[in-house]
Amino acid sequence: MQADEMIPRSHVSAMSSSSAMPSSSAVPMADSAPATRKVTGRLALWKVMPLACAIALLTCLASLLWGAGQVGPMQALKALMGQGSEEARFVVYELRAPRTLIGIVVGMMLACGGALMQVVARNPLAEPGLLGVSAGASFAVAVALLLGIEAAGMHVIVAQSGALLGCLFVMSTVRVRGARQDPVRLVLAGAALSSLLVALTSLVLLIDQRAADEIRFWVVGSLAGRSLSALYHCLPSLLLAVVLTLWLARPLAALVLGEQVASGLGHRPERVRQITILVVALLVGAATALAGPVAFVGLAVPYVARALCGADIRRTLWLCLPLGVTMLLTADVISRLVVPPSELPLGVLTTLLGAPVLIAVVRARRLPTL
Amino acid sequence: MSVDAKQYSPAQQDCASHLSLAPTLKTDALTLGYGVRKQRVKVIDGLTLGLPDGKVTAIVGPNGCGKSTLLAGLARLQLPESGSVLLEGKDIQHLKRRDVAQRIALLPQETHSPEGVTVHELVRFGRQPHQGALSQWSQQDQSVVTAAMVAADIESLSERELSSMSGGQRQRAWIAMALAQQTPLLLLDEPTSALDLGHQIEVFELIQRLAHVEDKTIVMVVHDLASACRYADHLVAMHAGRVIAEGPPAEVVTPALVRQLYGVECRLIPDPDTGTPLLIGVRRTHERLSGSAT
Repeated sequence: MQADEMIPRSHVSAMSSSSAMPSSSAVPMADSAPATRKVTGRLALWKVMPLACAIALLTCLASLLWGAGQVGPMQALKALMGQGSEEARFVVYELRAPRTLIGIVVGMMLACGGALMQVVARNPLAEPGLLGVSAGASFAVAVALLLGIEAAGMHVIVAQSGALLGCLFVMSTVRVRGARQDPVRLVLAGAALSSLLVALTSLVLLIDQRAADEIRFWVVGSLAGRSLSALYHCLPSLLLAVVLTLWLARPLAALVLGEQVASGLGHRPERVRQITILVVALLVGAATALAGPVAFVGLAVPYVARALCGADIRRTLWLCLPLGVTMLLTADVISRLVVPPSELPLGVLTTLLGAPVLIAVVRARRLPTL
Repeated sequence: MSVDAKQYSPAQQDCASHLSLAPTLKTDALTLGYGVRKQRVKVIDGLTLGLPDGKVTAIVGPNGCGKSTLLAGLARLQLPESGSVLLEGKDIQHLKRRDVAQRIALLPQETHSPEGVTVHELVRFGRQPHQGALSQWSQQDQSVVTAAMVAADIESLSERELSSMSGGQRQRAWIAMALAQQTPLLLLDEPTSALDLGHQIEVFELIQRLAHVEDKTIVMVVHDLASACRYADHLVAMHAGRVIAEGPPAEVVTPALVRQLYGVECRLIPDPDTGTPLLIGVRRTHERLSGSAT
């Protein structure tokens, strides 16, 4: 009798475990059970990358098709094909296309900036938007506007300088005793800096009503009404950042293995770290000059990239490109559609998408180590 | 005072290092320290030492005697206060970091195995000193990596993640990474700390094989004097930043040396299997350690 019962029971358990397998392998997050993990818990980059790029392209298309205005997706599609009304073509080519292009660049810059900062800080929570780097950039721009610096190209440099100062401040707190053991401390220090800078920025707003309108433009993260010329001003520093990142990738990956290991492999940890901070400032500063402070992209995107392909910074950076575009444009498209004909600020949407990731990371039993 | 242990005055240390046939790696009046100006602490004080080629050298000594600092200095990780580390007769500080990394591989005590990194990926890092900024991964790099994994006996686990492996396996993976650097010199800082006995033996036998079969020069900091006696060809005993004895374990390890190093009493007998000195009956001494300084 007992033996009879045993057989179906084990059979059932085998059934349930086999039915659980596909769902856990389809979502290869960090929590996949050790039993289902064959060799590694991650996917090969060449398998993930095409899919990620395809999804990024779809969000680009969506960004061209949907908007807050009168031109609906069908009209926009016709306009893309070279048909449709004059108005639709104007909206698609003159408004949505530049906006999409800026969104692509900003998404990539923020995601890569976040990934780089996390490696340098050895902290998965190091996110430029949360830690006051973006706030530093927008505060610097606000001060520049108050002082009457009008030249469009200056904004980028000013924002990058502000980002660099914010970056240096936050990174210096990493060196404070205990901060390395407790990644949440870094976020607290960053949040303090961030609120301070936001408060100072609002003070600047009060001082000068004339500059206030222009400053508000920078204080709220948004892709609306940003011109392509701003993008051109970012290109030189973007190019520099790309070159430096390609040069940095190898030593940075070695740095993750430990300071002395990297030195033993012939790298200079201190210099690598300094240049990385410079690159983060270039990227986040330029992104802030383009779209204002946008938080959580630099946190959520690298987190997902690592979960998919492992912690190696070289893979993370590649994957950050399409995933950054996807997250930023998705947030932007939703921001246009929620309360038409007006728009939600982009930062609100990225926070809605990104904050759950932050909570997930903090609540994880064991913080993923970098 | 001991009679049988080799006790060196600084002048005699000079002679000793010149006796061995110009070792690839040696130090010349090396002084290393920490801190700045007034609070400067000398950890290594005027050390002249030659590391014999193709041998396993073990650096032993009590906690805080400067073993790890010496190893960091040998690997060019620390700028000497005075004196120098000579690699093939040239001051290591005048060599490019990359050139040093092509000759000396270092396995520090503090390593970090990131999540999601496999053995194969870790071992690939060892090729970095040989890769140009734009050079791609070559067939030769791949064969070196495979050979390194075979030598460290970790090849069967090459696609496993480091985080899913035992301490001994992980340490073998790290040694494979150092081997992939293809250096004649290998510096290991406590390669067996935190390993159980079985894994310790595994790693020590690998180290011995590397020196005796592959003709590598190995310098390792070892906490445990018994293992140093068993597996090292050459023993360097350090106390308070100075070398107090140096030579084959069977010749230099004496009860007096052990007392001076660790402040414990013991007896020594030759290992019936290998003839290397075996410490037995270790107990605390009542004599103060400082009293027996040379």
